[in-house]
Amino acid sequence: MVKFNRFTLDNGLRVIVHEDHTTPMAVLNVLYDVGARDEDPGQTGFAHLFEHLMFGGSVNIPQYDEPLQRVGGENNAFTSNDITNYYITLPATNIETAFWLESDRMLSLAFSEKSLEVQRNVVIEEFKQRYLNQPYGDVWLKLRPLVYKKHPYKWATIGKNIKHIEDARIEDVKAFFKKHYNPQNAIMVVGGNITTDQAKQMAEKWFGPIPAGEKYYRNLPQEPAQHEERRETVMAKVPLNDVYIAFHMPGRLDEGYYEIDLISDILSRGHSSRLYRNLVKEKQLFSEIHAYNMGSFDRGMFVIEGKPSENVSIEDAETAIWGELEKLKQQLVPADELTKVKNKTESTLIFSEMSLLDKAMNLAQFELLGDAAMFNHETEKYLAVTAEQIQKQSREIFRKENASTLIYLAEELIEQVS
Amino acid sequence: MKLERTIAPEFKAIDSIELIRPEQISLDNGCKIFCFNSADQDLIRIEWIFNNLRFDPAKPLLNVAVNTMLTEGTSKMSASQIADHIDFYGAFLQVDYGYDHSQVVLYTLNKHLASTLPVIEDLLSDSIFPESELVTFIRNQQQKLQVSLQKNDMVARRKFNKAIYGNTIYGLGAEFDDYKTLHREDMLVHFKQMYQPSNCTILVAGKVDDSAINLLQESFGTNWSNYSVKADITQPELQPASERFYFVEKPDALQSAIRMGLPSINRTHPDFPALQVTNTVLGGYFGSRLMANIREDKGYTYGIGSGASSLNKGGALFIATEVGTDVCKAAVNEIEKEINILKTELVPEHELSLVKNYLLGSLLGSLENIFSHADKFKNIYFSGLDYGYYDVYTEVIKSITANEIMQTANEYLDLDKFYKVIVGKY
Repeated sequence: MVKFNRFTLDNGLRVIVHEDHTTPMAVLNVLYDVGARDEDPGQTGFAHLFEHLMFGGSVNIPQYDEPLQRVGGENNAFTSNDITNYYITLPATNIETAFWLESDRMLSLAFSEKSLEVQRNVVIEEFKQRYLNQPYGDVWLKLRPLVYKKHPYKWATIGKNIKHIEDARIEDVKAFFKKHYNPQNAIMVVGGNITTDQAKQMAEKWFGPIPAGEKYYRNLPQEPAQHEERRETVMAKVPLNDVYIAFHMPGRLDEGYYEIDLISDILSRGHSSRLYRNLVKEKQLFSEIHAYNMGSFDRGMFVIEGKPSENVSIEDAETAIWGELEKLKQQLVPADELTKVKNKTESTLIFSEMSLLDKAMNLAQFELLGDAAMFNHETEKYLAVTAEQIQKQSREIFRKENASTLIYLAEELIEQVS
Repeated sequence: MKLERTIAPEFKAIDSIELIRPEQISLDNGCKIFCFNSADQDLIRIEWIFNNLRFDPAKPLLNVAVNTMLTEGTSKMSASQIADHIDFYGAFLQVDYGYDHSQVVLYTLNKHLASTLPVIEDLLSDSIFPESELVTFIRNQQQKLQVSLQKNDMVARRKFNKAIYGNTIYGLGAEFDDYKTLHREDMLVHFKQMYQPSNCTILVAGKVDDSAINLLQESFGTNWSNYSVKADITQPELQPASERFYFVEKPDALQSAIRMGLPSINRTHPDFPALQVTNTVLGGYFGSRLMANIREDKGYTYGIGSGASSLNKGGALFIATEVGTDVCKAAVNEIEKEINILKTELVPEHELSLVKNYLLGSLLGSLENIFSHADKFKNIYFSGLDYGYYDVYTEVIKSITANEIMQTANEYLDLDKFYKVIVGKY
């Protein structure tokens, strides 16, 4: 049970305080309600590029990192398709420095040309390092547009291609800031060795004077239901073949989400999971295989990914995966197996409370989804799932017409055969 | 009153760090237990830590394979029964192989400790490494190796370790054919010698109440006995190579991986804290000189960093990054330039005070929960040091001068002795 207090400033900034006096540290987490899904299709990768620019100095503070390191703090940020999240951890006695820094960059950035030029290059190198210069690194650049035809989830957070990043101009940066970075579009969580009164006083002092700005109303094209099986095969300089099968699934708040999250555990969590047990260990068809759900806010993606063993054909590998999915559709999950994945989920949630930062991030995300208190009701939602509901969701999503299959064929292997 | 946003709020430097020290229990069979108690949550982490056995170049994978396959079956339980049992109780069982030690780690809620602990007792006393599981293990490891070898940073790390440590446990980078030297009989012998009470240290962190201690004493005191042969935990001396430059060409690379550095001192050396401060200035944090120059000024890379590692037989100082192939040479020049500046110019006062505060803050911040206190103990205990080390460490951070940093850089960052590995284009 994670206790918290909450208030809203006049300018619309929502603030949550989680007091934890067992630690000498504090965290300040600011979530902006903007992700890659909010980007213009002609300017993809912008939310993430912008996250980099948030460290390039703000209107009154030329250097973001330096003053924070000087008081013993650390920070980082991440961008997803749904949100952009910034966080600071520092000794609680110096928490005001975090308020000072975060409020100034919410007020306004410095918008320096030099910073834009450098961060464009850094992000281009990140693009190469993580997406292009790794075996299978470009999978999300290929799989997303196969799965999504309308919804902006069809591009990855890094962007559709490097050109969009190369073309970013300072006017675009300013417009993006104005549209998304203001108190009304943000949620702040203060956690650690601080009282709610102190947090409130500092929030009023540093964030109170920031103009409310314009509220951004999201109106994204929704993804229509899929009615045909999709498939793409790529030859690539990869050492092994690789199979990805992706299915549309309910969004984070939709009915069926918890069932499907448990299905991913049944299939692939730990060495007792079905895919590992049956396909890696017993039938030895794969050297590794995983199933996961992306946790997207809008209609999401359930992915199964496996590398077939040498001498196993792609057809046999796919047939074996579908065999496991058919079992979920035809037979109820045995009681013991369902208890097992529920127990695992319960203990994972308890262990996650060991980390102050994890707690702060979770509170922010649940507040954005509607109510921070939802964080404390996660376990019971998983525990309430029945075997019948799992079967129902399996039948719903594991259909060929709802599947997008992406195959990597290793060039070297092909050459050896021919 | 107008809010003054251009001036930073006042702050306090970190004065002292409070570390939670363990209670020790010694069992009759030679096994030692260290307990870090915190009653905040009903959960517990238990680590069984073993010294690796002496490296055998003819059978290089024994240490890692035996550790990794501890979950693959005992006389009583198959691999799948072990997995079913642990997963059913929502527990997490990990095996971790390291350069000096290998370990088994259990995370569980206290209410399930009595159900999960017997499984660990069984695997530590009676693992049998079934032949069929070994065949699967080898096949899957060989496949994963093929993927790793396509990653430039991974290849650079392997080359670098091989160069500075030679044909030893630290220099080992498994090759495809090494897996052919793995045999079940050797693994059984290795297992019996290594995984015995007299070679084991148990670290327990979380809610360590009487009931937990009783369960541990029963499983790992009373029920667990030593093997007839003592564990041989000596290791061959390190053998740094005479060749100092390695270039692996990858014609299609978009980025080149750079890894450079040299063998160095470990935590037991009195200069180690000063070296850590020096390393931090160079490349040990986000505001470091390497990051400021090569990422934030030049935009050559997504990330660059340096590190000072500490192992039983010695340490290493190294710099690692991945950069655009067109700027690889320029990046190497800039790295060398930054090292030379550190050796010839005093670190300015404002930078030095920042690094000091940053290091003390991150030490405080690294003590997030009771597990972190156990981790801090591990650092000193396995280096043969006591808690006085942290007093010295914090004292050095507070008192070190720019002059001392320059001396440390000159002593430990000799570019003529640097090993340099480039994977990609150069």
